[in-house]
This record gives sequence, C-alpha cells and structure tokens, in this order.
Amino acid sequence: MDGEIELRVDGRRRRLRVDTRTTLLDALRDGVGALAPKKGCDHGQCGACTVLLDGRRAITCLALAVAHDGAEVTTAEGLADGERLHPVQEAFLERDALQCGFCTPGQVCSAVGVLDELAAGHPSAVTADLTGPVEATDDEVRERMSGNLCRCGAYVGIVAAVRDGAR
Amino acid sequence: MPFDYRRAPDPESAVAAATGWSGVAFLAGGTNLVDHLKLGLVAPDVLVDISRLPLDAVDELPDGGLRVGATVRNTDLAAHPVVRRDYPVLARAVLSGASGQIRNLATTGGNLLQRTRCVYFQDITTPCNKREPGTGCSAIGGYTRHHAILGASAHCVATHPSDMAVAMAALDAQVAVLGEGGRRVVPLVELHRLPGDEPHRDTVLSPADLITWVDLPPLPPGTRSLYRKVRDRASFAFALVSVAAVLRVERGVVRDVRIALGGVAHKPWRARRAEDVLRGERTGEEVFRRAIDAELAGAAPLAGNGFKVPLTRNLVVSALRELSRGER
Repeated sequence: MDGEIELRVDGRRRRLRVDTRTTLLDALRDGVGALAPKKGCDHGQCGACTVLLDGRRAITCLALAVAHDGAEVTTAEGLADGERLHPVQEAFLERDALQCGFCTPGQVCSAVGVLDELAAGHPSAVTADLTGPVEATDDEVRERMSGNLCRCGAYVGIVAAVRDGAR
Repeated sequence: MPFDYRRAPDPESAVAAATGWSGVAFLAGGTNLVDHLKLGLVAPDVLVDISRLPLDAVDELPDGGLRVGATVRNTDLAAHPVVRRDYPVLARAVLSGASGQIRNLATTGGNLLQRTRCVYFQDITTPCNKREPGTGCSAIGGYTRHHAILGASAHCVATHPSDMAVAMAALDAQVAVLGEGGRRVVPLVELHRLPGDEPHRDTVLSPADLITWVDLPPLPPGTRSLYRKVRDRASFAFALVSVAAVLRVERGVVRDVRIALGGVAHKPWRARRAEDVLRGERTGEEVFRRAIDAELAGAAPLAGNGFKVPLTRNLVVSALRELSRGER
C-alpha cells in the first residue's frame, strides 16, 4: 500500500509517494535525499537518526512516514544557514566533539533539542528539584544526551559543546 | 507484509476502524510498534493511526485529580507543572524511561501497552509462548537477568518494562477505555495480567479497545511520593528493579501507603502485603523490613535473577526511609 505525503524538510516543501511501511528516516534519506540523519541501529537505541520533528528532537527510525504527513523536519544540514554553522555546530568543532562523525548529525540535533528543553525549564531524571530552575551541568547534559551513542567515545567533548551552547 | 493505514478523526471512528479485524493495531508514537514490525513480531493487516486524536491534553479535574490524555507525549506529561508539583513519583518515573528523543514521540497509552523486552520474545528464531502460544518459554533455563521473581508461571517469566505504569499503579490510576460496547473504566492495577497459561495476553483489553485517558486521583495534603530505579547503566536502560512509593505519615504513624514494584513481574506489582503490614504502624527501619519481607515471601527467583530479591528489599526500605525522613 502506498500513501502520498508532504514534508517540509530543511525549509523546502517535498511531496512524495511512500509505501506505508516506510520509516520517516528512509523517506528522508531515500525519498528526499536528506542524508544528514544516519541509520545506525534502526531500532531507536543509538540516536543517529535524530532530527527536529515539528520543532522537537525525535528519532526517525521508529516513526512511519505516512503518520507524519505535513511535518516540518529540520536535519543537521538545515540547522546551518548555508556555510554559516549553527552555534551548536560551531561548538562541536571548537570542542573536538567528534571523531568519525557518523553520530554527529544526530548529536547536534539532539543538543539543539536539549537546549530548548533546558530553556523551557523541563526537569530531567537527575534534576534534584522538579519544580526549581534547571542548569546545564555536566550531569544534566549527560543524562539528557543519553539517547545519542558515540562509538568513538567523544563524550567529553560533546558534553562541553552542549554546555557551550547553553551559554 | 504490507498493511493498510487509516487515520482516525475521533476516538469513536478509531474503534470502529479497528473493529472486526484480528490483525489490527493502533499507532500512536510508534516507538515500540514500529520496532516490532521490523523485528517480525507482529504483522498487522491494518494500522489505525490515533496520534492526531484530540486526546493530547492534561486536564485538572474538579476533585483535584488529573486527567492525562492517551496521546499526551511522555515529555509533556513529565514537564507538566501540576505533575511535577503534586505527582513527583510520576514525573520521575517518566523521566527515568527511554531517551529524550523517544519521550518526545511516546504516548501515555502506548507506554502502558508497550510489550516486554524479554530477549526471547523479541527474537523470532527462539520459542516463546507470548509471541507464539504453545511453543515454550526459552527464558526458563536461559538468560533471566531481567525476568520476573513474582507472579510468573511455567509458561512465561517476562516482565513489564514500563516505569510510568509502575508510578500509576501506586497512584491508583484509573484507565478509561472506549470499546465496541462503549466506555468503561479499568483500574490500572487490573489493566495488565499475570501470564498464567495465556502469556500472549498482556492486558485485559481486546484489539479494538482504545485507551482514551488515565485519571489520577488527588493525593491528600502531606502525601509524599518518589520513584527509584536500579538499572545496569546510569541512563536509557530498563529497570532491573524499580519502586514507586506513596506515603502519608501523621505523628509518626503510617496513614496511607502505596507501593508498586517494576521489573519484578509480568505487570506493575502492587505490594499489598507490604502495605498491609505498614498501615497504622509507627515508621521505622524494622517495620519497613518486615513489610517488604512479607511481600517477598512469595518470590520465586530464577537462576539468573536471585539478586533481585535483596535488591528489591533494599530499594523499598530506602524509599520508605527517605519518604518518612523528618516526619514526626
């Protein structure tokens, strides 16, 4: 069974025909040609496919494309304004927050989502006071970024980069 | 296998669209269901998308309780100011589950209906009574680190993976269900089943039964609650054992206590025996131990999870100690 969907990907409107079984990740990569989101585990465990979906960070490997007809998707590529990088992307470079780079687009999108959640005052599992203010401490950043794995182990740099982004 | 996809405009049409099919599933966040489609655990003929139903609000009820819509995202539930202020056990439980980018998709109803993470259930090359009734249980005699110590059967030793449901069990939540026969309310503690000889049935719901919302009764002033979870890594892992505890102490005496355990059974496990021991008693280490020991008297650990018995005991005692600290 096929379905007709429309997505807005990195600011550009795209119409595509997808089999109902197609994940949002496959629709982005194979249908739209947006190659920033990566297929790591394909089971929701690694975070490499993370994008901003209607403004919030989300994995795309366990989302069905037909269910997200009309969605606004921002990939790591769309975070940048041409050659001008997003401040979080700059921070990843500055802090050497990557080695091979495969997980980086997902890390960066997740980091942007984390910063929005911190700004909105959302608590995390390690926040001591659920009703108090939240700060981008190392512990908070580690907890909030735990859905993004980095097999090169660039975590020290990633935590620093996300904290830089919160400044 | 290809499947038909339908989007329901309202709850009634969702139920109607699901009625009459055996191979039907409601799709909300998809974070468990889509994984199961990939793993080959399920092959529905039709998916009914309920993610856009107007069930995405958290509303305060006239009695002081809270109504949580079935499609409220886990993130929004945990971030809700009233949940954070009045139901910390629930906010903590939700925040301790999955990852940020999964909680942004996952819903209240889907969280309740997620299926066990038993490795054999998720591996179609191994026998499993839950996946294929009558084929046997591969976990019994196999890898059982994450399996049940309470309420299991000779047919299935799987555990329910949710954190949120454990908190809701301790809060005496009520689940509103819309089905072919109309509306009904199922107490959360009766939603999930013990495996018995029908481990393929996780809950008391039929395929066309739609969870529409979950009601949380109000907690009397002075009630404290918390959620503690022990797992193999610090974040983004399922519970080995977890406890949701709700306690109200007056002049050193336990007036109200509700304890639910996660990671130990096929369903969120209300520790009624422990509660019975505690109610009306003066708080203290000795009665805390006696209470959880009464509950664990019925524990039947497997070869790989004997550690869960002392772990549960210590976790419950430490939770009660923390909740009663400073109470006189």
